[in-house]
Amino acid sequence: MAKHKRYFLDKPENVTTLWRIFVAVCAALLLVDLVHHRHVTHPWESLLGFYALFGFIGIVLLIMAAKQLRRLVARKENYYDDDDR
Amino acid sequence: MTTIASLPPFVLYFAAALPVALLRGWSRSLLLVLVPIAGGISLLYAEPGAYWHVSLMQYQLILYKVDKLALLFGYLFQLAAFIAVVFSLHVRATGEHVAGLLYVGSALGAVFAGDLITLFVFWELLAITSVFLVWARRTPRAIAAGLRYLIIQILSGVLLLAGAIVHVSQTGSIEFGYLSLGGLASWLIFLAFGIKCAFPLLHSWLVDAYPEATPTGTVFLATFTTKVAVYALARAFPGTELLIYIGAVMTCFPIFYAVIENDLRRVLAYSTINQLGFMVCGIGLGSALAINGAVAHAFNDVIFKGLLFMSMGAVLHVTGRIKASDLGGLYKTMPITTVLCIIGAASISAVPLFSAFVSKALILAAALEEGHPLVWLALLFASAGVLEHAGIKIPFFAFFAHDSGVRAREPPINMLMAMSLAAILCVFIGSYPWVLYDLLPHALAFTPFDSTHVIAQIQLLLFAGLGVFWLMRRGWYPAEIRAINLDADWSYRWLGPRVTHALTALIRPTDAAVRRSVRHRLQTFLDALFRHHGPQGVLARSWPTGSMVIWVAISLAVYLALYYL
Repeated sequence: MAKHKRYFLDKPENVTTLWRIFVAVCAALLLVDLVHHRHVTHPWESLLGFYALFGFIGIVLLIMAAKQLRRLVARKENYYDDDDR
Repeated sequence: MTTIASLPPFVLYFAAALPVALLRGWSRSLLLVLVPIAGGISLLYAEPGAYWHVSLMQYQLILYKVDKLALLFGYLFQLAAFIAVVFSLHVRATGEHVAGLLYVGSALGAVFAGDLITLFVFWELLAITSVFLVWARRTPRAIAAGLRYLIIQILSGVLLLAGAIVHVSQTGSIEFGYLSLGGLASWLIFLAFGIKCAFPLLHSWLVDAYPEATPTGTVFLATFTTKVAVYALARAFPGTELLIYIGAVMTCFPIFYAVIENDLRRVLAYSTINQLGFMVCGIGLGSALAINGAVAHAFNDVIFKGLLFMSMGAVLHVTGRIKASDLGGLYKTMPITTVLCIIGAASISAVPLFSAFVSKALILAAALEEGHPLVWLALLFASAGVLEHAGIKIPFFAFFAHDSGVRAREPPINMLMAMSLAAILCVFIGSYPWVLYDLLPHALAFTPFDSTHVIAQIQLLLFAGLGVFWLMRRGWYPAEIRAINLDADWSYRWLGPRVTHALTALIRPTDAAVRRSVRHRLQTFLDALFRHHGPQGVLARSWPTGSMVIWVAISLAVYLALYYL
């Protein structure tokens, strides 16, 4: 492994920096809601940070639910092999 | 050119299949590339109308019916065929090229079919030609998956035929046009379309077979079958309310599976159902805005999903691996493929200036306009889910994540060219949407990039991304594990065979007992026969004539006795 070239993302500190930039951008975007007035078709849309929160909470629930789904449906890779032959 | 232009578009593909089967090397490659180019140019000369009437018994078939909707899918298929053909130019196996051409031809035939009989013929040809793209992988798994795929596709065709027969007997018309849902005929046809369109519980052929095809075959498969079904739904069942809910379910349920699926091409197969859900929902909503959105989304999906399937096909081609648990860190040696894959990922996630941004927005806006706020929320949730599995998971686990130690080179130049073309189209349509939107069935004024929508979409996507990476950093993100996930196909791959076995086991003892007793009685009868007529039998002591005399005497005696009674 020592011979391998070290790439940008191999260094944990670079990844941490990228993560911090990403969080900062998200925070800034949330602030945009304070100054930018949305013209909306549905009242839910006018809630402060609706899209941001919906995206964040939605995805976290999705992934957590999928983890539970895995306990129900995951099987060994050769599960069907005897039947398929 | 005008002679080609007057021919139905499928003729060119079917005619080219034979020389492609015979030619080798650069001449074959040249012909393969020329077919979709010639086909695309010839469509530019196509005028709306019905051509190529053929009489079959008392029916008038229309092999080539042109209108705005058919024409848009026609252009799309020629474009997709060109990309897929370039992507597979390095493939030596002749069968794959021939199957690819015939498959594209069948799709074009179905889209320009003016009547139900012609549609049925091409519907079945789609199944028969495409299964060879699965079988071309030649693994036992692919052969089994291909067989299951073929059976289900043929079933769809049989349902279509049954529906068409009932429809014709009721209405006397074989025209393929609007059918309102109600009555046996339309339900049978609806179900036939539903199988090919991967409706929930009818979808498992797609996630079963597509990831088992060859790296290049999947690129063909991902484009044509399902989009023909979307086209057929848009023509026959626009505004059918049931489709709104079917579509909403289609957008949501596959994203859960996509999170935990290890095979990256299977993740894309689930993603295909999710994207089809948006189109089906748009067709169900049925307003001009929604239909435009659905058709535009079908167009965009072919290109960005094609790009994603191509990038994963390229990874499989150069590394021989496709499972998230076996990949990672490929960006180090495959930077071009990485960038192209990310463009596809951005497009499917509907990032502003990439292709799905406008088309998905049209469908979402239509859902609110038509008064379906809960459906709208479901679609919004599914949009965030797309970012998770197609926007982040696909590029992240293939090219970044933990370093798998694989140091693969970039794929062959033809693969890179095809992917680049698709990527350019994604960005071009995303940045200049009106070029595509002028071709849509309904003329509508729209502002693709208003600040509200752009900001809302960026917020939705970035915060969804934040959620994903936050879970990853906390270690809560589900790890890539070597496993498969049970889906609807479990019913016929596991349950079906076992139920059959159990039933056979139940019937077997009864069956054996019945056979035994029948055999026993037969034996007793034969024994009795042998006792009387056998060599030692009473009745065998005399010649047959003697035996006959005895019987005549006995019957006369009986007759005499009866006479005196």
